[in-house]
Amino acid sequence: MAGSNKTNITPPRWLLAELTYACPLQCPYCSNPIDYAKHQSELDTEDWKRVLTQARKMGAVQLGFSGGEPLTRKDLTELVKHARDLGYYSNLITSGYGLTEEKIIQLKEAGLDHIQISIQASSQELSDHIAGTASFQHKKEVAHLVKKHGYPMVLCVVIHRENIHQMPEILAMAEELGADYLELANTQYYGWAHANRDLLLPTKEQFEQAEQIAQDFKEKVAGKMKIYYVVPDFYEDRPKACMNGWGTTFLTIAPDGMALPCHSARELPGLDCPNVKDYSIEQIWNESKAFNFFRGYEWMKEPCSSCDEKEKDFGGCRCQAYLLIGDMYAADPVCSKSPNHAVIQEAIDSARASALADNEKPLIFRNSKNSRSLS
Amino acid sequence: MSINPDLTIKFSPMHRLQWEEAQQKDVILYPEGMVELNQSSAEILKLCDGTRKLAQIVSDLEQKFATSGLANDITAFLEVALKNGWIQQN
Repeated sequence: MAGSNKTNITPPRWLLAELTYACPLQCPYCSNPIDYAKHQSELDTEDWKRVLTQARKMGAVQLGFSGGEPLTRKDLTELVKHARDLGYYSNLITSGYGLTEEKIIQLKEAGLDHIQISIQASSQELSDHIAGTASFQHKKEVAHLVKKHGYPMVLCVVIHRENIHQMPEILAMAEELGADYLELANTQYYGWAHANRDLLLPTKEQFEQAEQIAQDFKEKVAGKMKIYYVVPDFYEDRPKACMNGWGTTFLTIAPDGMALPCHSARELPGLDCPNVKDYSIEQIWNESKAFNFFRGYEWMKEPCSSCDEKEKDFGGCRCQAYLLIGDMYAADPVCSKSPNHAVIQEAIDSARASALADNEKPLIFRNSKNSRSLS
Repeated sequence: MSINPDLTIKFSPMHRLQWEEAQQKDVILYPEGMVELNQSSAEILKLCDGTRKLAQIVSDLEQKFATSGLANDITAFLEVALKNGWIQQN
């Protein structure tokens, strides 16, 4: 297959299995691609089993069953069982929508290790509005059931301008539900979140206030609840070390079988991402053009190539460089050393202007109708 | 947090300890994370099965490796393990 075989390739450790793009929720910051409605085909059960087996053999051990909503797959329990037999540590990343006690027990018996439930806000009205579906009460019931059946419970709340003011209530809700882990994920502005950025990006003051509240809470619950705080990189001086470096650790398989170095990589031009129906995971990881594209440092331009921090952040996120300045080889514009850093302040200013406007445009919800009209 | 010598120690049911063939290492797995263990840490944790107290773990390991004076190192590691939630006492 095309591409070069580089030396010093580390094996994948984390596998994200996006089983489907189908989802009953319509969150306007969804990480699925805008044009997801075009990619309707899904791998079958045997394809997924083969992928899990091949990736495990290479050394992948952390496994996320994701989507869309993975519960919409009829073969989920069978895949969980296969993953457990192979020795994966597996996580169900779910909206909780449609999850029953019977299913929770069945998945536990099949060997599922933990369940990550997303809740959109701390109040029913806002959570149901953001989800685009009445789901808040059911999600809270599911959270109780997850605890009842002995799973570590991970609560995930995506933070943005519509809910950032609820930070104290969100933390209280996590405590009340008995979350073992709380992921406070500041929105990352790709795909749907990029399209809705003016409405979702908080101001710096909002962000700083919420972060302080979260940090104080982290100390208060130390030893009882672990907090994962995903920083909003628009308010940082240096980019995130995206994916721990391209093709070093993370492997995402999209519903149609496309293998991606990160879940947004489908949007980058000319990568020719390979499909698991055509190649083995070992071929894809070691030999494909896509997985070798940004491995190492040779692809970098200035200011990255001579930067003494390049081994720390790998030049930041390729998808963000492409999305914001149209050049996937450029430094992530979040970096203050980037000649294009001004686009970040422009985005912040634009969002602030939108927040202060009298008639702010409505959020674009993630659904098939909007997917088709935007792509 | 310190180890109570009068209570048994067990590995947390919210974590998993397993041998990773690809890495040739024992690891602890938990939501969103993995800790790679060196051999001595793994040997200690494998004895945290809910039947042994601190003194028993020390004497079992001293016997296994035909040595003595391990108490301080083992206690220090178990305190780290307790703080990280890898083990429990009750």
